[in-house]
Amino acid sequence: MLKKRIIPCLDVKNGRVVKGINFVNLVDAGDPVEQAKIYSDSGADEICFLDITASNENRDILLETVQKTAEQCFVPLTVGGGVRSIQDIRNLLMAGADKVSINTAAIHNPGLIKEAAIKFGSQCIVVAIDAKKISNNKWNVFTHGGREKTELDALEFALLAQNNGAGEILLTSMDKDGTKSGYDLELTSMISNSLSIPVIASGGVGTLEHIKDGIVKGGASAVLAASIFHFGEFSIKEVKEYLKSQSVSVRI
Amino acid sequence: MIVSIFDYGSGNIKSVSKAVELAANNLQKNISVQVINSADKIKKADKIILPGQGSFKQCASNLLEIQGAWDQLNEFVVVKKKHIFGICVGMQLFADYGEEDGGSKGFGWIGGNVKKIELRNSELKLPHMGWNEIQIKLDSPLFLKLSKDKHFYFVHSYEFVAKDPKNVAASTFYQDEVTVAVFKENIFGTQFHPEKSQKNGIQILENFLTW
Repeated sequence: MLKKRIIPCLDVKNGRVVKGINFVNLVDAGDPVEQAKIYSDSGADEICFLDITASNENRDILLETVQKTAEQCFVPLTVGGGVRSIQDIRNLLMAGADKVSINTAAIHNPGLIKEAAIKFGSQCIVVAIDAKKISNNKWNVFTHGGREKTELDALEFALLAQNNGAGEILLTSMDKDGTKSGYDLELTSMISNSLSIPVIASGGVGTLEHIKDGIVKGGASAVLAASIFHFGEFSIKEVKEYLKSQSVSVRI
Repeated sequence: MIVSIFDYGSGNIKSVSKAVELAANNLQKNISVQVINSADKIKKADKIILPGQGSFKQCASNLLEIQGAWDQLNEFVVVKKKHIFGICVGMQLFADYGEEDGGSKGFGWIGGNVKKIELRNSELKLPHMGWNEIQIKLDSPLFLKLSKDKHFYFVHSYEFVAKDPKNVAASTFYQDEVTVAVFKENIFGTQFHPEKSQKNGIQILENFLTW
């Protein structure tokens, strides 16, 4: 049986982890490679890097980070943040990323999804959608980390991304992100039930039950979480053991 | 021993080469792991790993574009009977035919076609993406020393449908039984990615190196 995936996400800036685990035994707590290795050794099903480096000049640092991580972590690595072109995607894949997540660029140019899927295969193209509720049962797509509103309907855009060849959708609720009140289950289940490709739930997880709900009620194939892992509230192992006790199929 | 990973421009092979290097290192034997991209280097290899990402058609046409590669691989496998390990689309290319993107021919080393997984259950997603357990169908040194729960990482929408069930080395369950490893004499391939499957994956690579 296919297992539900648990994906820790690390925010990386200029090659350093800015939001990550506070393990005391780390030689260098800011080293993304070391943190990714801890996660993969402790049972993370995938690792996600979100690059929040502001300037383009520092992209090479990200590529180096990805390269070093891929050399040491033998689980899939997804990298997102600032991906604008086919060349950006190619560079990340060549550095060792298994999947590349496209956000703003995919919204401004949905053709990029299609071109990337044809060139590199759907398996490595993740479309990240940041959605915010605007009325009953309606969510719009936001860009620039949730700051800018677009007129795109989240469901319509998710379907377009799927039709253009996205292999997976990383769905973040901007209403829930950072609130620790649980994933937006309405949004997650609406998108997941309407798509044939996997949906990763993101934004709002604070408890073990939230993770279970994202999978069971939200219908997500995978769940992404950042702070609950980084602040040591739960380990990957605890999450998985809890899910197993709740009859959710996970890899232990 | 020279183990060559054939790079024919089909996606990222860095993780494959790193994983093979780790496996070789663990074995502490004199193994040279090389990434090759031309037909003449195929002759010098003792074992070959053929990765592959993207579509069957794209991979087949990339291989055909490298002068002599297709024939040299045939010689390596069919005439010299040396060991080859295909990963994902690399394994799919062992089939007679792949129907993806309008269809194209494979090597035909293991009889069968590569077909899209047809899902009847709308709760299941395609690609079949993530970790799934495999069931081993034949006794082989390639499956030695794996953990009890044989989880491997998958990402694919097409499956190898072998003509002869004897060539099915392992399967998984995703709505129906899906072939995830094929085997015939000197030929072995997996639909899953050993290079992304943590310890079990490295173990299979070690097994291939000592096969």
